[in-house]
Amino acid sequence: MALLEVESLTKVYRRGGGLLRAPAHVRAVDGVSFVVHDGESLGLVGESGSGKTTTGRCVLRLVEPTSGSVRFRDEDLLALPPARMRAMRRHLQMVFQDPLSSLNPRMRIGDTVEEPLVVHRMGTPRERRERVADLLRLVGLDPDDARRFPRELSGGQRQRAGIARALATNPSLVVADEPVASLDVSIQAQVVNLLMDLQARLRLAFLFISHDLGLVRHLCGRVAVMYRGRIIEIGPVSEIYASPRHAYTQALLAALPSLEPSGPVRPLELPAGGFDTSSPLREISPGHWARA
Amino acid sequence: MSPDPTVTPPVAAHPPLLEVSGLRVEFGEAHAVLRPVEDVSFTVSAGETLALVGESGCGKTLTATGVLGVAPPGGRLSGRVRFEGRDLLTLRPDELLEVRGARVGFVFQEPSVALNPVYTIGEHIREVLEVHGLARGEAALARAAALLEEVVLSPGAGILDSYPHQLSGGMAQRAVIALALACDPSLLVADEPTTALDVTTQAQVLALLRRLRDRRGLALLLVTHDLALARQHADRIAVVYAGRIVEQAPAAALFARPSHPYTRALLASAPGGPPGQRLRAIPGGAPSPGARPPGCAFAPRCPDVGPDCAAGVPGLYTVEPDHAVRCILCRGEESAARDDAAGGS
Repeated sequence: MALLEVESLTKVYRRGGGLLRAPAHVRAVDGVSFVVHDGESLGLVGESGSGKTTTGRCVLRLVEPTSGSVRFRDEDLLALPPARMRAMRRHLQMVFQDPLSSLNPRMRIGDTVEEPLVVHRMGTPRERRERVADLLRLVGLDPDDARRFPRELSGGQRQRAGIARALATNPSLVVADEPVASLDVSIQAQVVNLLMDLQARLRLAFLFISHDLGLVRHLCGRVAVMYRGRIIEIGPVSEIYASPRHAYTQALLAALPSLEPSGPVRPLELPAGGFDTSSPLREISPGHWARA
Repeated sequence: MSPDPTVTPPVAAHPPLLEVSGLRVEFGEAHAVLRPVEDVSFTVSAGETLALVGESGCGKTLTATGVLGVAPPGGRLSGRVRFEGRDLLTLRPDELLEVRGARVGFVFQEPSVALNPVYTIGEHIREVLEVHGLARGEAALARAAALLEEVVLSPGAGILDSYPHQLSGGMAQRAVIALALACDPSLLVADEPTTALDVTTQAQVLALLRRLRDRRGLALLLVTHDLALARQHADRIAVVYAGRIVEQAPAAALFARPSHPYTRALLASAPGGPPGQRLRAIPGGAPSPGARPPGCAFAPRCPDVGPDCAAGVPGLYTVEPDHAVRCILCRGEESAARDDAAGGS
């Protein structure tokens, strides 16, 4: 049984419209299906506007999907009444891109990390304080940092605090939306190492949303490539990076600047109207699916 | 032998169009002075791309704006910026205005910041041409159309009459590049020109910059945080750390023989090895301008740090022709390189 099973997930936004004008409908997520197994990392890549962030938010119901189903441990999340959904959130947590805007600037780090425990009524005040100290140590912060405010920490330390908060309730799935994109190059590797350590130690499953293909190759076992709201290719990282099938995946990988020596840079030719996403996903080899 | 290694300019094949030496940006007064840019020297020749690579806060953007003679609010510029035979830092404001926009074009990270939302792209370009007295009215619009054709892959896309919000990020950045080229500058400064763009669009805009550089013989100063991008698109690379250039070399040499411990650590920390393996992270963080350690600013994070590293700011040592490194561990290599050169002549 899969930990998370997403099927035909769709999110339609209405745009514009008025008294006399029909609104436009934008299919931000258009029939997306994938599974995440226990302890697995699935990368979700694509450019801005491809629907990867909306997909991640729909999974946690931070955004209400228009249709489709999201099953977590065989429970249909979309059918849960709000109170049950809130209770369920202790098992599904989120790490945001920019810790400076996702952490409350007026709350001390300790209170920010403790808050989910209070919300979910976990432990006595004393147990919670001990848990906060443990969590801060776990992510490589000093327990004394609990007294500090987000602005007193560096970008890397703030992201560690955001990760500690996400882990407070012992979730089994973490949706991480560009967790290192706002960090400096020399700090990114520290946080990437932390995510890998945590995954191994806590058997966490990750839905890792990123535009950085190099990072996804390093962190994830499987990858789903999104384009204009749809998954156009999904499968094992080793296979997709070695032999991408869809023209968009090929363009994405060709555009990736590399530190390895390479020939002269070829100007990238992209089709004027965008790539075709209309044909169905077909299985090319075990677990590797692509649209034609 | 040069008397002082810190002032040895790297050897360039062509006479440089832009020659920056000892550039410094300062804030505050004597007892509490902050220097985000401490001492930066480099040259860029016509037809050449130099990439300034560094993390946020290292001073690379202040260096790029300093090249235009622009000091940040409350800040002071010193040093020398020789461009087309004049020192830009000694020019009167009206003289500087003539250089800026006309002889030097600037491309920002966010195209939306560079464009006025209530003007069409055509009006933007016409205004620049009129302000610099190069063309007026219909003639200016015709020239704008020609410029847009040069930067847009599919001509006749109606960019001339579009407002900034009607363009995609990539198209808007192409429009900004056209605007920067309107007065036919000899130097283009591009500060993170593709950071706000998607990967595929990024590759196209960088290819465009390269094509324009080759066709127009532009000197291109490319500011970026991305070493891989610099490798593909720059002829030479200057790595900036804590307000100083710590290593400068032709792109191929920098990657073949990275010599500053910071450059080496940056390359080693990039994901690229076996998947799932721990990355070789650099411990700690870059110091802010107010908290730089004495001596080498990288010493507290350096795996090769020795007792002499805190003694003073290291000079620039030439480890091979056109490859300079600001690290005392390269002192020995410099004398070896010099002996080689002496023996070979």
